[in-house]
Amino acid sequence: MTDAALGKADSPATLDAIQSSYMVQVQRRRLYGGLTLMIFVLLMVSGFVVADDRNAGGFWDGLHQIGDYPAAVLSEAWAKRADLPALMQRFFPALIETINIAAVSTLIGACAGLVLSLLSTRGLARWPRLIPVFRRLMDVMRAVPEIVIALVLIFVLGGGPVPAMIAIAIHTAGALGKMFSEVAENADLKPVEGLASTGATWSQRMWLGILPQVAPNYLSYALLRFEINIRASAILGFVGAGGLGYELRNAMAWGPGRFDEAAAIFILLFGTIVFFDQLSSRYRNRLTEGGHA
Amino acid sequence: MTTADLDFVKSGAEGLIRRKRLVALAVPVLIAVYFAYVFVAFDIPGLVKRANWDNAVTLASDSWSYKVHVTRSNATGAIDYAVEGERKGAYPEGARPDWVTGDDVVTVDLGKGYAVRLLPANRTEIEIPGFGLIEAQAEGRRVTTNLGEDVPDWINASDRRVAVTTPEGRITMTGSKTEVFNYFPGWELFWFTFESPYHGQSLTRILFGDRIDPERANISGALSDWWNNPMWRHKDVAWAIGETILMAFLGTMGAALIALPLAFLAARRFTPFVALRSLTRRIFDFVRGVDALIWTVVLARAFGPGPLTGSLAILITDMGTFGKIFSEALENVDQKQIEGVSSTGAKPLQRYRFGVIPQVVPVLLAQVLYFLESNTRSATIIGAITGGGIGLMLTQAIQTQKDWEEVAYYIILVIAMVMLMDWFSGWLRGRLIGRKD
Repeated sequence: MTDAALGKADSPATLDAIQSSYMVQVQRRRLYGGLTLMIFVLLMVSGFVVADDRNAGGFWDGLHQIGDYPAAVLSEAWAKRADLPALMQRFFPALIETINIAAVSTLIGACAGLVLSLLSTRGLARWPRLIPVFRRLMDVMRAVPEIVIALVLIFVLGGGPVPAMIAIAIHTAGALGKMFSEVAENADLKPVEGLASTGATWSQRMWLGILPQVAPNYLSYALLRFEINIRASAILGFVGAGGLGYELRNAMAWGPGRFDEAAAIFILLFGTIVFFDQLSSRYRNRLTEGGHA
Repeated sequence: MTTADLDFVKSGAEGLIRRKRLVALAVPVLIAVYFAYVFVAFDIPGLVKRANWDNAVTLASDSWSYKVHVTRSNATGAIDYAVEGERKGAYPEGARPDWVTGDDVVTVDLGKGYAVRLLPANRTEIEIPGFGLIEAQAEGRRVTTNLGEDVPDWINASDRRVAVTTPEGRITMTGSKTEVFNYFPGWELFWFTFESPYHGQSLTRILFGDRIDPERANISGALSDWWNNPMWRHKDVAWAIGETILMAFLGTMGAALIALPLAFLAARRFTPFVALRSLTRRIFDFVRGVDALIWTVVLARAFGPGPLTGSLAILITDMGTFGKIFSEALENVDQKQIEGVSSTGAKPLQRYRFGVIPQVVPVLLAQVLYFLESNTRSATIIGAITGGGIGLMLTQAIQTQKDWEEVAYYIILVIAMVMLMDWFSGWLRGRLIGRKD
């Protein structure tokens, strides 16, 4: 069959057949592409309509008012600009609390994620049979939104930074565990074998054989997480877990007249996020590119 | 290599090792010091004291069990039976649970020998094995009992209110009413409330039996009664989950659609004007720096609570993130493909379409799908702040502090939703890019 087809390949009839079959394929691909696009557009439009419908205020009405609140806050803050430094100083402890929540939860989460990742990586696991168990555990830890754990813990422990810290740490452990485990999969196993031949225990093999290889990547991921966790801890504050978010909610509840407080918090939060964003991206570049310039 | 060189290298190596040793020691010490500081700053000892462990017990037991309230009003003598004491869960007129017997003397059998007898003239007797009989009489606003001064700690008695907690149930008595709470495992009325004719019917009867409600076909009637169940509100819950996913979808996709053209402006490759490029980048940095929390707060003022506000907050924040990621991807495209396309005489737009887009689409799609999953989680939180979706229902259920089985139900649904989106985005990525991980 193939021979016969090849033999006749240069006859114009076959060329036409090839061309037309190619065109059919292209048309089918275009059809599929167009259909996918249409479904996507349909989903977006209908989704927008539904969301607009179920919203308290409509999109087109809201669009005019979008600047009103920032304008009100900014004008009031500008009118009281002399107080801003004092206000920022007042809210500084709350800012420190927010950063502390993020830092502690990143540290704890990274430690837990480290152990979990080593336990769930093929070739490194202490108990290879339990790899799926640890993987599912990490999946669940990642899937639970922080707010769920935070709210439940606030009910038990009362408001404050600790519920937020535990909630973020659990999520961080799951998220970092997955990323760490992907890095560890590519680690060179020869140092581990060498250490095993000297009779090193499992923790010694991991500590001395694997960690030095993966540390730059791990640190870089942990820094990225820290950045994400600052945002998360600010948000959780808004539902009652202390820190800057909590102060923001209180300031907002007062409404006009206290907009200078809201503005001070906005500035602090924005500055902190940008600062840590820049800091972590600089160090991450240094870590992943290897050079300690 | 001379000996002098060797010595130099050796001392250098020794210095390096000394430094490493110092770092290896200093880092854990620093972390320990930091933890000690946080221990004080977060007031952990005070927290342990303030923590309400009874709440934890209530939460843990209520999330998988329900209670039926038997309430006698002392003013009228009428006795009501209701699941969780809610009107929506009330037993129909004339019906009562089968562990309640008697007419003049109503006996509530709590099981294992524990029983409560509601006697005429507002008298109550509680039988407790191994303790004896507690007799109580409600008069006006007072409750008098046969308990002496010395009561065990599971009884809390004053002249206004007597509360008895037993392993089988709780009894509270005040001048105005006597309440008995009987606990059972499970989520009662999850399928049908008492109002529905399908309550208590077996699945086979509903599927294959005769019409239970003459007005409706069994299956559609049962489905509609379940869907409109007033206790568990399955319809509202489904809508809320839909809203949350909608927020994530609209926000992520909208952000990607807006960020893609802007990313071309921010990429050095495609925008020779430095001013335009850095302006676009600053915009990306700004919207990212303002953060979803502030955007949510600001947008909620303009658009009011609801899913649209949430999706716009996600859209704006992620636009910055996508813009950054996309422009980085665009900087890294291979020039050769673009040259190849332009050698066929392609116009600029065609060069982008056939030279650039095919290279970056896999990277962009992978990012967008990853964000879709992560935004489902964010949408839950944003919903709690702006007032929409399952996040709102969850916060409300937790804040009322009584329907813990509903909280457990929502938590399970949220986790299932996030895992489903995780699986779905992974599946879609596999289909579109042809790479599974």
